[in-house]
Amino acid sequence: MSPVGLNHILFLSSALFFIGVYGFLTRRNLVTLLMSIELILNSVNINFVAFNKYLYPENLDGLFFSIFIIAIAAAEAAVAIAIIINLYRSHQSIDVEDADSLRY
Amino acid sequence: MMDATTVIFYILAALILGSGMLAVSTRKIFRAAIYLLFSLTGIAGLYFWMQYEFLAAVQIIVYVGGIVVLIIFSIFLTQTSGMDMPAALKSRKLFAALAVICGFLLTATQISQHGFVGSGIQAADTGVRAIGHAMLNTGEGGFALPFEVVSILLLSAMIGCIVIAIKNPERS
Repeated sequence: MSPVGLNHILFLSSALFFIGVYGFLTRRNLVTLLMSIELILNSVNINFVAFNKYLYPENLDGLFFSIFIIAIAAAEAAVAIAIIINLYRSHQSIDVEDADSLRY
Repeated sequence: MMDATTVIFYILAALILGSGMLAVSTRKIFRAAIYLLFSLTGIAGLYFWMQYEFLAAVQIIVYVGGIVVLIIFSIFLTQTSGMDMPAALKSRKLFAALAVICGFLLTATQISQHGFVGSGIQAADTGVRAIGHAMLNTGEGGFALPFEVVSILLLSAMIGCIVIAIKNPERS
């Protein structure tokens, strides 16, 4: 068995990405959709950090990308949850099938 | 023979993928949040494993301490958390699984065929002091501008959340 390197971490992060995509395609509840998005964002972060560590260890660009992605993900989660709570107040449901007021 | 580093990597990978899979497939929404918590903690462990200690600490503080708690609060505000969520349609599950497996196989073949070549230069210091210097450095290799932009983004997100989620007294 070869020692753990960049390829192993890339397999892990792509598997995590596709788990998030599966959740995004099958879930209908807005909070669980948000959880799937968090999984996808985390797999991207793992990729950035792994490329930084194994390919370009002389600078810290991947690390800073990950830090800024985490900050933006926090802002995104907060706004999404504010929207979910507002939607629940007006529709009494956070199912994506019920949120169709803007359709027509 | 596997050494301890390899064993730890596989344990972390099993934790991340197993709890991630449970988080997207369980039908109890509160359990999904807890499985997500384990998955994010495993990712923090992976950052520790790669010796990016500061990033692991940020991951634990922001994701485990912030976002998951926010998600759990929103579950309590909007759901009856003891009940099962309605199951997804069989056909939708099938096609989603098919698309995901095909995508993963495509990506996996690409990864295994591509030969990655590292720069081979001496690794930079990843301590908190070096990160802090780079984050407030306006010159070469500095990240002062994105740092300020993100701080403005966080401020506007904070104000936006209050504006969106505030209860309108004359409407209710």
